[in-house]
Amino acid sequence: MLSSLRSGVLSTWRTSARALQTSSALQHDSLFVHRDTPEDNPNIPFEFSPANQKRVEALLAIYPEGHKRGAMIPLLDLAQRQNGGWLPISAMHKVAEVLNVPRMRVYEVATFYTMFIRRPIGKYHLQVCTTTPCWLRGSDAILKAIKDATGCEVGGNSACGKFSISEVECLGACVNAPMVQVNDDYYEDLTVDDAKEIVEKLKKDEKPKPGPRSGRFAAEPLGGLTSLTEEPTGPGYGLQDALKS
Amino acid sequence: MAGALARVIQGTKSHLGLVGPLVNISNVPVRCQQTQAPPTKSQYGPLADSDRIFTNLYGRHDWRLKGALSRGDWYLTKDILLKGTDWIVNELKTSGLRGRGGAGFPTGMKWSFMNKPSDGRPKYLVVNADEGEPGTCKDREIMRHDPHKLVEGCLIAGRAMGACAAYIYIRGEFYNEASNLQVAIAEAYQAGLIGKNACGSGYDFDVFVHRGAGAYICGEETALIESIEGKQGKPRLKPPFPADVGLFGCPTTVNNVETIAVAPTICRRGGKWFASFGRPRNSGTKLFNISGHVNTPCTVEEEMSIPLKELIERHAGGVTGGWDNLLAIIPGGSSTPLIPKDVCTTAIMDFDGLVAAQTSLGTAAIIVMDKSTDIVKAIARLIMFYKHESCGQCTPCREGVSWMNKIIYRFVEGNASPKEIDMLWEISKQIEGHTICALGDGAAWPVQGLIRHFRPELERRMQEYAAANGPSKAERLY
Repeated sequence: MLSSLRSGVLSTWRTSARALQTSSALQHDSLFVHRDTPEDNPNIPFEFSPANQKRVEALLAIYPEGHKRGAMIPLLDLAQRQNGGWLPISAMHKVAEVLNVPRMRVYEVATFYTMFIRRPIGKYHLQVCTTTPCWLRGSDAILKAIKDATGCEVGGNSACGKFSISEVECLGACVNAPMVQVNDDYYEDLTVDDAKEIVEKLKKDEKPKPGPRSGRFAAEPLGGLTSLTEEPTGPGYGLQDALKS
Repeated sequence: MAGALARVIQGTKSHLGLVGPLVNISNVPVRCQQTQAPPTKSQYGPLADSDRIFTNLYGRHDWRLKGALSRGDWYLTKDILLKGTDWIVNELKTSGLRGRGGAGFPTGMKWSFMNKPSDGRPKYLVVNADEGEPGTCKDREIMRHDPHKLVEGCLIAGRAMGACAAYIYIRGEFYNEASNLQVAIAEAYQAGLIGKNACGSGYDFDVFVHRGAGAYICGEETALIESIEGKQGKPRLKPPFPADVGLFGCPTTVNNVETIAVAPTICRRGGKWFASFGRPRNSGTKLFNISGHVNTPCTVEEEMSIPLKELIERHAGGVTGGWDNLLAIIPGGSSTPLIPKDVCTTAIMDFDGLVAAQTSLGTAAIIVMDKSTDIVKAIARLIMFYKHESCGQCTPCREGVSWMNKIIYRFVEGNASPKEIDMLWEISKQIEGHTICALGDGAAWPVQGLIRHFRPELERRMQEYAAANGPSKAERLY
């Protein structure tokens, strides 16, 4: 009887006092802290491959002396590509070593930018844009179709380990909405069937053809151009008098 | 004097505290013309193909150097460079080009800030290709289909401000676009168009590409500079302005891709030619993105000051279900307040025309919403975007946008008190203008636009919710 009284008191306590002890709910962002796991801990060595070592030097060359730290984002991106699409902590340490900066400076950057993924992800990272311009043209249905086809939740990996889904903010292809980015390629003007077909092809490790699916080439109006129907003008067209010799 | 009169009338209006439409839309053209010489044109758009700058916008032709040369890029670039700094800046001033990235600052003036006596520090040009504003996808078309226009623009802009190098900051998601751009730069180096003794002009200039890693805030100029320096993209307090202390502590100018890419054509065809399009102070041609509920969404280059309705009907095949099915339009990318249908009918797509409609041209990314749209959800989704993209540096933005997000998602269902509409308005006003950068403003304006034009809709949802579920918790609290 006492225990039932206690649970009753607790439940009123819970409803009347709001959120004293809860931390804010995570939405579609990853955890900001690092937790050592068997796949990701500082004892796993990381080195740039010889081919990437050359790229590291080329990247460092474009920043002036004394400001080599500018190469931080490109180097982290390179490390992530070498490591199959995600960024382990040992790669961050390696970048800190290359740039000769404290490790903390690298952690700051790696946690700030959404393209650095600090957990193991699938071979195909499907990023579904759900911001308003895509949402207006049915990105919710696309997201659902992709979730169903891959059997994977937003922010998680599929059981087969091949797919990861993210719900992302505007990817800058609003005229070709709705769209999905798979690794580096954009798939645009999607319908639910297109989305399913893309996932089916990826399951067989075939590369679906990137670009718009509606039959247009890029961002022109579908079904006939309304501008740029003439041949482009050649050099010197409409040259102003000051440049005529 | 006519200008002064216009201001007096405006002043009286606000002093009288007239509620409702503060600026009468039908007065708009009159007001703008009073501040300048009367325009010589009354009809704006459609643009002739021969007057379009981005002739390969749709990628129908070769984007590489050979194709670019055949379309007139890199023609007489050496002569333009040899004309010197003042000549280039003057052409830009004559053209009346205003920055295409959203704020609309006159480009010629911006470049002239860089021509102070040198103190020995190098100068840099930074090109902002971190295109992330929802609705905007114009720079992407330039970079993948006309990259040489951008590279040549960098050289000419660099010459005009005496810069030693240009950094093009391209958003990380644009991998294929960055790769096209990189190919174009490599071709230009090989042909001696940039690098040592660029185009044989005796001027050394480098162009570098720097890929970002997915942060909308890096589209803000000082955040972008921080990001190139390898730090978190958190905006810096201004002053000092980038023209004094910018990239790597050196004088820097940050320009949008489109602004830079139109510069070579302006120099070749003359500032007067560019100024002949659009109304005074809003001159030129512009890339418009039309997305959302239209029959054929597209990117198109058109004359400034084209009426919004004509633009949509001519190029985007009209609103789905006809113009009468229109609910509202966001005329300049997600940061700008929406305008309802009756305002859309008369709105003119330029800086002054949209300010008069209590919104802004921004990046000229038109998001069309028809009557099937859940307008509150559409704006709520934008606020979620800003909540996600806030860098967390200034408290009003970090906390305020989260609050707005929580409140507006309750508005979607109507689970709120009508008093909270004013509370939301107040929060948005507290964010606006109280942050280092304009992201806070950009988050506040869509909410203000929603409340300004769709307050009855918000109240209707609350009544419906209360009728179905009893008074909301908020109603009981406040």
